[in-house]
Amino acid sequence: MRLKRKDILSIEELSKDEIELILSTAESFKEVSERDIKKVPTLRGRTIINLFYEASTRTRTSFEIAAKRMSADAINISTSSSSVVKGETLKDTAKNLEAMNPDCIVLRHPSSGAPEILAKYVKCSVINAGDGSHEHPSQALLDMLTVKERFGKIEGLNITIVGDIAHSRVARSNIYGFTKLGAKVTVVGPPTMMPSGIENIGCSVSNRIEDAISNADVIMMLRIQLERHEVPLFPTIREYSRLFGLDSKKLETAKKDVVILHPGPINRGVEISPEIADGPYSLILDQVKNGVAVRMALFYLLLGGSRE
Amino acid sequence: MKKNIMDAKGIERALTRIAHEVIEKNKGIEDVVILGIPTRGVHIARRLKDILKTIEGVDAPVGSIDATLYRDDIGMKQEQPALKETDIPVSIDNKKVIIVDDVLFTGRTIRAAMNAIMDFGRPANIQLAVLIDRGHRELPIRPDYVGKNVPTSMQEEVRVRLRETDGVDDVTVAET
Repeated sequence: MRLKRKDILSIEELSKDEIELILSTAESFKEVSERDIKKVPTLRGRTIINLFYEASTRTRTSFEIAAKRMSADAINISTSSSSVVKGETLKDTAKNLEAMNPDCIVLRHPSSGAPEILAKYVKCSVINAGDGSHEHPSQALLDMLTVKERFGKIEGLNITIVGDIAHSRVARSNIYGFTKLGAKVTVVGPPTMMPSGIENIGCSVSNRIEDAISNADVIMMLRIQLERHEVPLFPTIREYSRLFGLDSKKLETAKKDVVILHPGPINRGVEISPEIADGPYSLILDQVKNGVAVRMALFYLLLGGSRE
Repeated sequence: MKKNIMDAKGIERALTRIAHEVIEKNKGIEDVVILGIPTRGVHIARRLKDILKTIEGVDAPVGSIDATLYRDDIGMKQEQPALKETDIPVSIDNKKVIIVDDVLFTGRTIRAAMNAIMDFGRPANIQLAVLIDRGHRELPIRPDYVGKNVPTSMQEEVRVRLRETDGVDDVTVAET
């Protein structure tokens, strides 16, 4: 089986087989990060540009570490220190970067669809590292890897995603990914943060977190994306936390082997209480660890075959 | 045209002889670590370990070394080569590492495997055991233990089948 794509722009466009290929490749890459010498020569001489138009610690570092462990050269551009502040357009930035002959551009951008536009302008591979409230494919892949590792499978599991669904690219990518692999996804959030028609992409909807906890195998908590809210969508943080935040009280009805995921950054005491975030059900740091392996797999599958 | 080169009995005899040669060359198997190249090399490595145990009464550590990430044709073939398992159960520093594979051909896989092993430590030496040596080396690599030398043409394909993966033990040569 081969990945025949130039770009990874969304989970929506990937087939079940492609997702499974990426996950099994990532499983093999985990071993590299556990060695004393955490580096393989596979992609030496390849150049990977991380172009980030939004703040990021985890994702950017993870892509950079993944590139370096594959022996590729990674260059990071954050827009605060680039020509973007002088008014350069995405297209011009892309064309100029392409003139330096990179093999892959990893793009994070506040506008949904920006990676797709970039992919049309450049010949090199493009990986979407999060675009607006559209998709964040590598995050969903690492979430799926974390769940698959814990349960040995994804098919038949109940996945509950709680929070600001409307503004969450993580939620959207995970709904596509988990349903493609045969899980049942329920999204939970206040009506103001629930996009209309979300059930059309294969998930069920609830407005009460209590209803979606007791049969969940996986509970994924999301951060409220205040930076994307144009108008206030809930009265107070405290009220949101009381109704939709996950704490040990709400978790009492959950299954004994439930696991908690969060894509980070977490807001302690808002969507998740500290004792849950640091507790035995939490796989938050496994997610981060798996992120490196998933990104190594994406680089390998995009750059490890010939283009012809 | 398909020629039978080895049957189950032949494979077992060859591995038994290799086991004796390993013991003789290393004066026992105290510091020996056996690493098979996936997939069939790993099965042969496990069989070799079992034979060594019946002769010497010692369990040599056995693992697998996947050389895929060290190949010299990454990005040249259409398909990305599939990754397989690397599992090195013990430190290989100052150990005598025996690489085991089913067929030795160009030697490029062995070069890649040696580079991979070096990333895990500094073995005292690295030796090579293969069930079949079919010739046509493209690198200066020579096996220490050979089950059978099989002169072949470039048009021929050597196929090793093992119980563990194929349900049957035999080696055949066929025109492609």
